[in-house]
Amino acid sequence: MKIKIEKRLNTPRYLSLVVPILSIFAALLIMFIILTIFFMGRMGSFQGAFSETVSAYKELIAWPFFNQYGLYSTISKMVPLAFVALGLSFAYKMKIWNIGGEGQLYMGALAATWAALFLFRGITSPLLLITLVAIFSAIAGALWALIPALMKAYAKTDEIVVTLMLNYVAIFWVDYLVYGPWRDPKGFGFPGTAAFPEPAMLPTFFDGNVHIGIFIAIAFAILLQYINLKTQWGFNSKIVGDNIKAATYSGIKVKKYTIISLVVSGSIAGLGGGVQMMGMQHRLMHGFSPGYGYTAIIVAWLAKLNPIAVIFVSFLFGGLLVGNDQLQMFYKLPISLISIFQGLVLFCLLGGEAIAAYRLKIEKAEEATANE
Amino acid sequence: MNDILSFIVATLHATVRAGTPLLFAVLGTIFTERSGIMNLGLEGIMLVGAIGGFVVSYNTSNLLLAILVAMIAGAVLGLIHAFFTVTLKINQIVSGLAITMLGSGISGLWGKDYIGVVAERFETISIPFLSDIPVIGRILFQHDLLVYLSLLAVPLMWFFIYKTRGGMTLRAVGEAPEAADARGINVFFIRYLYTIIGGSITAIGGAYLSLAYNSMWIENMTAGRGWIAIALVLFATWDPYKALLGAYLFGGITALGLRMQAVGTHISPDFLKMLPYLLTIVVLFFTSTDRLKRKVGAPASLGIPYSREDRT
Repeated sequence: MKIKIEKRLNTPRYLSLVVPILSIFAALLIMFIILTIFFMGRMGSFQGAFSETVSAYKELIAWPFFNQYGLYSTISKMVPLAFVALGLSFAYKMKIWNIGGEGQLYMGALAATWAALFLFRGITSPLLLITLVAIFSAIAGALWALIPALMKAYAKTDEIVVTLMLNYVAIFWVDYLVYGPWRDPKGFGFPGTAAFPEPAMLPTFFDGNVHIGIFIAIAFAILLQYINLKTQWGFNSKIVGDNIKAATYSGIKVKKYTIISLVVSGSIAGLGGGVQMMGMQHRLMHGFSPGYGYTAIIVAWLAKLNPIAVIFVSFLFGGLLVGNDQLQMFYKLPISLISIFQGLVLFCLLGGEAIAAYRLKIEKAEEATANE
Repeated sequence: MNDILSFIVATLHATVRAGTPLLFAVLGTIFTERSGIMNLGLEGIMLVGAIGGFVVSYNTSNLLLAILVAMIAGAVLGLIHAFFTVTLKINQIVSGLAITMLGSGISGLWGKDYIGVVAERFETISIPFLSDIPVIGRILFQHDLLVYLSLLAVPLMWFFIYKTRGGMTLRAVGEAPEAADARGINVFFIRYLYTIIGGSITAIGGAYLSLAYNSMWIENMTAGRGWIAIALVLFATWDPYKALLGAYLFGGITALGLRMQAVGTHISPDFLKMLPYLLTIVVLFFTSTDRLKRKVGAPASLGIPYSREDRT
């Protein structure tokens, strides 16, 4: 008998579900080892460190997924994640690496605040005000993404670093406003704006614990799935992503597709910022996002850029963000724990996919000799 | 008049300090990219370098050991990147992003109990005679050991890349891996080697932040410098001398922003802090066309995995 490794001709469908799930478990396992080592440094004994890690893991899973109030937080946290991840996957489909979800989210939140607090101050109709604020946030996100879009389309500037640099610019801009001209005079020096007026707040359910942003996100996911599967845009953007030369020869205007995909991507992320303001925070604050824009990159990737899958993966990562907060409070662990997990998941996923491209073939002895 | 001169001298002195972490990161990445591997994980590598160096300095007060550990930490992340991009041949962009996340996460966890403590730091060593030269002496020769090391590394690296056999091998692997392979060069080994070396040099840049520039550990203290360095590699066209120029250009804009805050201007500090990031975007814009990249000598196989199976 002989074992051979050979390249698969085509990857079976079930693997595209099995690999992501396995990679999540593998990442959890590796993080378990890292955490145990960390606790050993803190506590000195392996026994103590191991049981501390086990109880930390229980907290990480039990509260966000199996407790009523934890679940409310999970759903609240998944909303901005889902919006940004939906936006990012729209661009990633065309292999346009928008890493600027964080900045687009911040700009959306900024514009929403501008609209709700200053521009449309007097409007009392909730439906009208919410619609206007939402439109403003989407436009702001779109404009923020238009910068790298134009640079990429007309000067071939690599979008990765540009979108990332704009994140920092957006965050400093928000800082300038909340520490400066927009700071709430009655806020006791807290770096944030005044609260949004009542009609600019999204309706809630579950006794006010969850806002309707989740339904807006799901509606967008369905819309995007429809666009991907049933429209000319979806078909053409797939060609641009797979083979840009073929796309050019078949008459697809690649420049136009580049610009539109980045702008739409930014507008969905920006809308996420607006929804977060109207539904959750009700005021613009310094550092309101714990890196939603970066976590969303992993969400989009794990979901294989499928909008419906994005919703489910957002739920998972929203929960992990909530669990991470718990660990920060009760185990004095840093917020960056989630970054370790994200890095590990990405590596496991990519490694898993690379390995899944091959398969083991077991040949019987006589076959092996026959082949030689 | 004297006020203006002393402002300029102080700003230029600060320029060198602010430029040094970038310079290490750019030099390291020039090595990596010359071998054909694109590494977007600099931010994470700098962060593990910063915390690794700081922890050792805090516990042992041995700065040499601190730098060594920082380099090992950077080398480990370089090794992971090499394993995924050279052996498993996965997308180098995504692997780099994962390195960034992993590095910033690990550094945050590692540094959790080291926030707000003081460790041994690199002190200023004034070079005899040279530091007495008016103006220039203050700007260039009143710094710490790492600054001198980075200045020394620039001509050495240039000489290595362009004038030695090892440098030729490195360039051959980045330009034409098939040809290099046919000549008997182990492409996989060279790519591993320089991704690891690049990681360890980049990590010194991070250690400079925690052991000299800020002299403490702050979570995510690199604040995007790793990404700026990636843009600077393009700006430098993979040439160590231009890397020096670029790093000090960015050091200068950072230093100027800080100095202007110190003397009190009407511009908000938040806008001054945006300057390096905006400048990065401008730099990228002017170095972006394909034709230009080819003209200035981008490694032809940068970002393309090498595989013997796929050779045609």
